[in-house]
Amino acid sequence: MTSATLDHYVLISALLFAIGLFGVLLRRNTLVVFMCLELMLLASTLALVAFSRFNGTMDGNVFVFFILTVAAAEVAVGLAIIVALFRKRQTIQLNELNSLKN
Amino acid sequence: MANFLFYAFAFFTVATAAGVVASKNAVNAAMCLLLSLVGVAGLFVALNAYLLAFLLLLVYAGAIVALFLFIVMLLDMKETESRGFGKLSFAAIILAAGLLVTGLSTLVTRGHLDTGNPALTPALGTDIKLYSYQLFTTYLLPVQVMGFLLLIAMLGVIVLSKRWEGSDDVT
Repeated sequence: MTSATLDHYVLISALLFAIGLFGVLLRRNTLVVFMCLELMLLASTLALVAFSRFNGTMDGNVFVFFILTVAAAEVAVGLAIIVALFRKRQTIQLNELNSLKN
Repeated sequence: MANFLFYAFAFFTVATAAGVVASKNAVNAAMCLLLSLVGVAGLFVALNAYLLAFLLLLVYAGAIVALFLFIVMLLDMKETESRGFGKLSFAAIILAAGLLVTGLSTLVTRGHLDTGNPALTPALGTDIKLYSYQLFTTYLLPVQVMGFLLLIAMLGVIVLSKRWEGSDDVT
């Protein structure tokens, strides 16, 4: 068993990002799509921390702070929009929200 | 031992992340997201970023996933995840999966990122003093911008979730 190098962490991060992207594309429940967006953000933080650790710099670690803050703000606003949408339309399924299509 | 922990946490993280996508129920998806966060926090510990692991559990698991669960309970939607894709979507899925497999296998076989010995590289993430030093010198302006962002987000959420007079809400 080889020692875990930067390649391993970048691979895990890429896998997490790909899973999140597939979730965004495949799922039709807006809440689950939102959770998959969080997964993609998480993958980017993992890559940042790994690069920071293996290059002996501090910048990646500090960037994770900002990503956490932006994610918290994004989740708050997004969930408020989803609740407002549900109040208005009684559904949050993406394939039923097609008013702009017709 | 550290290697075993890395592989265990990596497998755990990816498996639970797949659970987020695969689970039909939104509550199960939120729980899988929580477990995936725990796995990433474990990877952060393996990378000597203890403060970030702690913050991740505190902010994400403590606040964000709890908020998700709260909204899932609040909306109480019916479980009608209509599956079934058209021919074009199916072709797109095959193509995307092929591209993904190609990209990841290229990353595994050819992508060698040149880094020094991790034992010799200083693990700066362990020192909390360095975080605060960086945040209050190099990244002072972004920190203030983040403060304004949080304020604006808070105001926006209040405006969005308030019931205005004369709005044509169904409920």
